Amino acid sequence: MSTALRGTPLREEDIRTGKALTTEWHGKIDYTFDAGAAIGQFLHGLKDGKLLGRKCHACGRTMIPPRMFCERCFRRSDEWVELKDSGRVNTFSVSFVNWDASRRQTPQVPAVIEIDGASQGMGILHLLGEVGNSLAEVLEHVKVGMPVQAVWKPAEQREGSITDILYFRPAATKR
Amino acid sequence: MSGKVAIVGAGYTPLRAVSPEASFRELIFEAAVRAYEDAGITPRDIDAVVSIAEDYHDGTCIMDEYTPDQLGAVQKPVHTVTGDGLQGLAVAAMLLQTGAFNVVVLEGHSKASNLRHPAHVEAMALDPTYVRPHGWHPVFVAGLEMQRFLHDAGVTAAQTARVAAKNKRNALRNPLAAYPAQVSAEQVRASRPLAAPLTEMETAPPADGAFVFVLASEGAVSRCKGPPVFVDGIAWISDTCNLFTRDWGRAVYAEKAARQAYELAGIRDPQRDLSFAEVDDTYAYKELQHLEALGLAPRGQSGRLLEQGVFDAGGRLPVNVSGGCLGCGYLHDASPLRGVLEAVLQLRGHAGERQVPDARRGLVSSWRGIPTATGGVAVLSRR
Amino acid sequence: MGKVAVLGAGLTKFMRRSLETGRELCWEAASAALREADLSLADIDCVVMATAPDAFDGVHMKGEYLLDGAGAKGKPYVRVYVGGGSGVFAPIAGWYHLASGAFRTCLVVAEEKMSPTQPHPQGAFNAIYDQFTERPLGVNLLWIFSLEQMRYMHTYNIPLELIARVAVKNKRNAKDHPACQLGGEFTVEEVLGAEVMSYPVTRLMVSPVTDGAAAIVLANEEFAKKKGKNHVWVEGVGWNLDTSYWTNRDLAYPEYVEKAATMAYKMAGITKPREEIHVVEPYDPFAYKELHHLEGLQLADKGQAPRLLEKGYWDRDTTTGIPATPSGGLLGVGNPIAAAGLMKVAEIFWQLQGKAGARQIRRNAKRGLAQAWGDLMQVGTVVILGV
Repeated sequence: MSTALRGTPLREEDIRTGKALTTEWHGKIDYTFDAGAAIGQFLHGLKDGKLLGRKCHACGRTMIPPRMFCERCFRRSDEWVELKDSGRVNTFSVSFVNWDASRRQTPQVPAVIEIDGASQGMGILHLLGEVGNSLAEVLEHVKVGMPVQAVWKPAEQREGSITDILYFRPAATKR
Repeated sequence: MSGKVAIVGAGYTPLRAVSPEASFRELIFEAAVRAYEDAGITPRDIDAVVSIAEDYHDGTCIMDEYTPDQLGAVQKPVHTVTGDGLQGLAVAAMLLQTGAFNVVVLEGHSKASNLRHPAHVEAMALDPTYVRPHGWHPVFVAGLEMQRFLHDAGVTAAQTARVAAKNKRNALRNPLAAYPAQVSAEQVRASRPLAAPLTEMETAPPADGAFVFVLASEGAVSRCKGPPVFVDGIAWISDTCNLFTRDWGRAVYAEKAARQAYELAGIRDPQRDLSFAEVDDTYAYKELQHLEALGLAPRGQSGRLLEQGVFDAGGRLPVNVSGGCLGCGYLHDASPLRGVLEAVLQLRGHAGERQVPDARRGLVSSWRGIPTATGGVAVLSRR
Repeated sequence: MGKVAVLGAGLTKFMRRSLETGRELCWEAASAALREADLSLADIDCVVMATAPDAFDGVHMKGEYLLDGAGAKGKPYVRVYVGGGSGVFAPIAGWYHLASGAFRTCLVVAEEKMSPTQPHPQGAFNAIYDQFTERPLGVNLLWIFSLEQMRYMHTYNIPLELIARVAVKNKRNAKDHPACQLGGEFTVEEVLGAEVMSYPVTRLMVSPVTDGAAAIVLANEEFAKKKGKNHVWVEGVGWNLDTSYWTNRDLAYPEYVEKAATMAYKMAGITKPREEIHVVEPYDPFAYKELHHLEGLQLADKGQAPRLLEKGYWDRDTTTGIPATPSGGLLGVGNPIAAAGLMKVAEIFWQLQGKAGARQIRRNAKRGLAQAWGDLMQVGTVVILGV
């Protein structure tokens, strides 16, 4: 390999000061996604304050997020199952960075939560709440494997979205 | 390519303007179930999967992530090609021809109805420095090309309008089609201009749907239930999408791809050797431009031959007897898979009312749409 | 199945932001690869492109936009896209173009221009998550890595110090890489003490946003033999994609990397990878990923890669272990996603030829492996090269 690699590095100020010319484009890149049968029903369930799963009788798995087909057995899944709105933390993180790379003062605590009533390992992504406002506090209150409980928006505010659940809080916490 | 590959299973969903009752996963699952049933296989028999998708058509970053589940292909060698259905078919064929795989599945779908501002997505494919700042609706590219093609080929606007009328009427006999219509060339000509000389009814409207095909290497064909349709030759070419240095009148990519595909398929006289052709008609003029590029009409003669009925459903060389994109719906990169499906049905003798008598060999050609100059050609036959 | 050789490789600098457009980056890398292979574009039958999200360059169907720079005008050209796995998948695609007998030569180009995305390229990844069950939560790319790292550490009781050591090793290795962006001497304390991004990930455990391109030239056996002897051959390829339902999987172990590796080992006739692989470039976008992947590649038992790291087993100058990421990897050189993966393949190529200069490993290497990973923690892509 030649050591004289080509490329002209720019710095952010080169762009800010106009040394490098730029062009901007803003487009309306919006979608209206078809939820379909499985997710459509799931979202209805959320509006009603429930977490729904689908069961496949062939492998016996109760799956969440629900799907109309079992991807392992490659057959139509068989029935809707109302799951509990509690679970156990499979893994979590303490994030001080927003989606746009800007810093946060207080952390977000994303987690994979295995939902009670679904088969083992069936987790969903959500946020933990009421677990502290600093890294140290969160690490003290949250452990892998700990039981958690969903905190819902009041019924009249629910829209049929995963955010109808505000967050999951430690199950042992008294309100 | 060494060794022939065959399509041994075909599955699909009907094409519709909107499909709110099914997510893309559910559409693809339906198509896969049909394809595997047709081929007599289960997912266990699948050695590899090729999917075609573009992030912005689906509204997902890295669409490859969402491919395996509804195909029963979890933890298999699966990959996505950001290309059209014929490029996907070519890649599936190459995988088979390495000898390392015996059964390969090809998947393509469209949820075009979910794009709220399709023109913005299309505009995002235009050069960000030299073209996008104009802020024009991207259909201007088709208008420019059509203008030049009419000039070079001596084709008239009345003739391109006739293409649209032909294809939409053909779609009346295709239960899959999203936009069958009984229209006249005059109606098409009189429809709203989009980028003159191109009119609205000469522009294929978007539709949703899914296709899944099962392909097998020559050695594995007998294992599968479906009557095989062989890929005699397939080629794909990308010319620059740079608007400033292209030949506006000719579809050079199609000329080159056709030459290569014909050579592989041993075709010396395409006008005689082919029973039918499914040719890209995203815009009506493209059908004629492609027919000339494919050598299915002498240069400058496509309009005249069209008027003589040569390319009609009952003509000497039926073109887009399925209804094409104009009659079935525009499915972005999945559009040529509708053509592949039609070829499979025709060659199996399963095209019902649309059946081309004694169909032995067919051609499918594709184009990836504005602003590309990329397309493929495939020659398929029964044995 | 036809045999496929690597004839040359080329890279651009890896930069936080480049003046060059994506097309120009492709051109620089592709020209360099052709020069090294002593070939011209006229010798190339087909072109394969790998480049990760279109959202970065801000061009939809960006494979089409880039093809001029990749030498693909008028040629058979495809872009393959398996997220972060693309850089190592691209040579696999080149392999099937040639091993099928369809073509004699293939130019494989990988490009990434991440800097255009505003306000920050990281935001482009929000849409990797499920649009119904995940995106409304205000998702963030970092979550994936931090959630997986947490699970890995918890399951195998791995202290953060050992993970930090990967960053130290790779950034040190990268000092000798000409394309290097972030090489340097760091201590474990500095890595642990760097700004927390998403615990347990700190800033120095993350590879940076980068613009860059890489390219390699492949040829079939007949063509390669006319271009001299002693070639580097593609001995095995493998790839595997797991379910999109990532929250239903145990993130502690990458099964799909194991399956991709098994496929490649089988093709290469390798039964004892720990003895038969002499140098490895595992994908290292985050420090823990290198360890996670080394285990998936069967080069260490589950949970053991960090312990081996502690013993120097993966050091570049080891004579008894397997040098891992001698290039300096994504952590040290930079992470222009698809180009970074192909850079790792190029590194194995140069190592096997003895042309890695100051980065040359000490032990004698006849076979090396490059691996990448991508999508929603789902895809493993593996290439094994040998002399």
